[in-house]
Amino acid sequence: MSKIFVFVEHLNGNVDDITYELIGKGKELGDVTAVLIGPKDLASQLGGAGNVINVDDPALSDFNPEAYAKAMSAVIDAESPDMVLFGYTSMGMDISSNLSVSKNLPFVAYATEISAGSIVSSLYGGKVNVESSVSGSCIVSVIPGSFPADAGKGDGSPAVQDMAAPDFSSLSVKFRKLIEPEGGDVDITTQEVLVSAGRGIQSDENIPMVEELAGKLGGAVSCSRPIVDNKWLAKTRQVGKSGLKVKPKLYLALGISGAPEHIEGMKNADLIIACNTDPNAPIFKFAHYGCTADLFDLIPALTSKL
Amino acid sequence: MNIVVPIKQVPDLVEELEIDGSGKDLDREWLKYKINEFDDHALEEALLYKEANGGTVTAITLDGDDADKLLHTAIAKGADKIVKVTGDFSGAVSSHTAAKAMADAIQSLGFDIVMTGVQAVDDRDGQVAGMIAAHLGVPNVNVVTSVDQDGGALVVHKEYAGGVSGEFEVNTPVVFGIQAAKETPRYVPVAKIRKASRGAEIQEIAASDLAGAGSDVARMFKPESGGGAEMLGDDAEAAAAKIIEILNAKGIK
Repeated sequence: MSKIFVFVEHLNGNVDDITYELIGKGKELGDVTAVLIGPKDLASQLGGAGNVINVDDPALSDFNPEAYAKAMSAVIDAESPDMVLFGYTSMGMDISSNLSVSKNLPFVAYATEISAGSIVSSLYGGKVNVESSVSGSCIVSVIPGSFPADAGKGDGSPAVQDMAAPDFSSLSVKFRKLIEPEGGDVDITTQEVLVSAGRGIQSDENIPMVEELAGKLGGAVSCSRPIVDNKWLAKTRQVGKSGLKVKPKLYLALGISGAPEHIEGMKNADLIIACNTDPNAPIFKFAHYGCTADLFDLIPALTSKL
Repeated sequence: MNIVVPIKQVPDLVEELEIDGSGKDLDREWLKYKINEFDDHALEEALLYKEANGGTVTAITLDGDDADKLLHTAIAKGADKIVKVTGDFSGAVSSHTAAKAMADAIQSLGFDIVMTGVQAVDDRDGQVAGMIAAHLGVPNVNVVTSVDQDGGALVVHKEYAGGVSGEFEVNTPVVFGIQAAKETPRYVPVAKIRKASRGAEIQEIAASDLAGAGSDVARMFKPESGGGAEMLGDDAEAAAAKIIEILNAKGIK
């Protein structure tokens, strides 16, 4: 059996769904060991994994890119796994590609499918798939939402193997604190209707038009990442990776192409209607209805009919 | 602080992407390129840091079709120095290849901070920030949204999911994968880029041994299109009428 290691992601004492998604997929590929860097008591949340390796140390109580990478490196040295699975996530990014070079292991990123020796990645904003062939041990980072989380969950306490922490006496990176999202704005996770603006909206001058439409629909405005990176809307409005996961009754995607990072945040909405002038935009694979009309014709047309 | 900013171009996703005859790469003949937007944010954050705290910003890129223009844009925006790594970087350049060539050049230039884009749309074999850091033997922090000076240390914010961020205190030397700068990346008019190109000297560093990716592209293919949305056409009035009908039927409006 292949030795499949899964890097466990946890924040504020909760193991993240990506970990269960990876454990579930890992079980199809071989013998899964969850590698828990940080507080040992979190192992009680890892009943779905056959085994748990734990590295615990005061320096690991909160996520620290440098310390966690060192600990993960020590685990790989000691155990020589056949495949190490990370989420294509903020934490995964700090460790996975770094270890690929320092451990001289091939690395495939943006994975959405994994089978023995072959991994499919979703690249170019979801517009092109690439199948990579890998021989020997490797590291893979997986786009969250690619595999069901339920398959990696389980009750009971797995066997925990403790591993000594490496030397953390000279760390350059120190964790200070977590910053929770600012309140006071609309909570897009509780809205029944979201009208979501993407890059296609072109300019912050066009945001009021979207707000007007959202108002008529009794909902709120949300958006994809570029809109927040350009400071056109507040971070609290961002849907997707590094933003929020939403499940409204209606998700109206305007000028959103549908990069995997966005899809993972909204694909479970009850009704998805997407408008994008590019008929090949990946968003149309996930939407229930789509149209390729010009946004600046469609938005006023919709608003005037409501 | 001596800040080095690796930047690169990526295919513009607004354009149609086609796969070439080999089935393993994009058809690059008619591809339109633009700066990797995350690299643009990395350059902006580096310039903001320099403006607030002093230091120098060096933009560096691998040789390629528009490498000079990319570097001239960086100098027009406020970079102090521009560097081109020369070697055979035609076609698809893997992250492993790029990171090794960049790290070698950065090592020879000297650095306190490396800021580059957290990701690119063509990072099949991984994000370069972590790889550059591993080659340089320094830590890396990714999905960074601000880099500031606080006494003798840097303070950075790193984003997690759900809008939560972590604050870290970081000693140099270090590599950051930048998600977004504190400000929207500055715009420079073409005339200013042209003017900057006349005075600016591009330092060239030759890449020595090029590293392989460690994995191979077996095939490239378009995801199945359709299968999802029922399409309502391209006429705005007609589509809007149908959308209203759907919402009414679902009792949403």
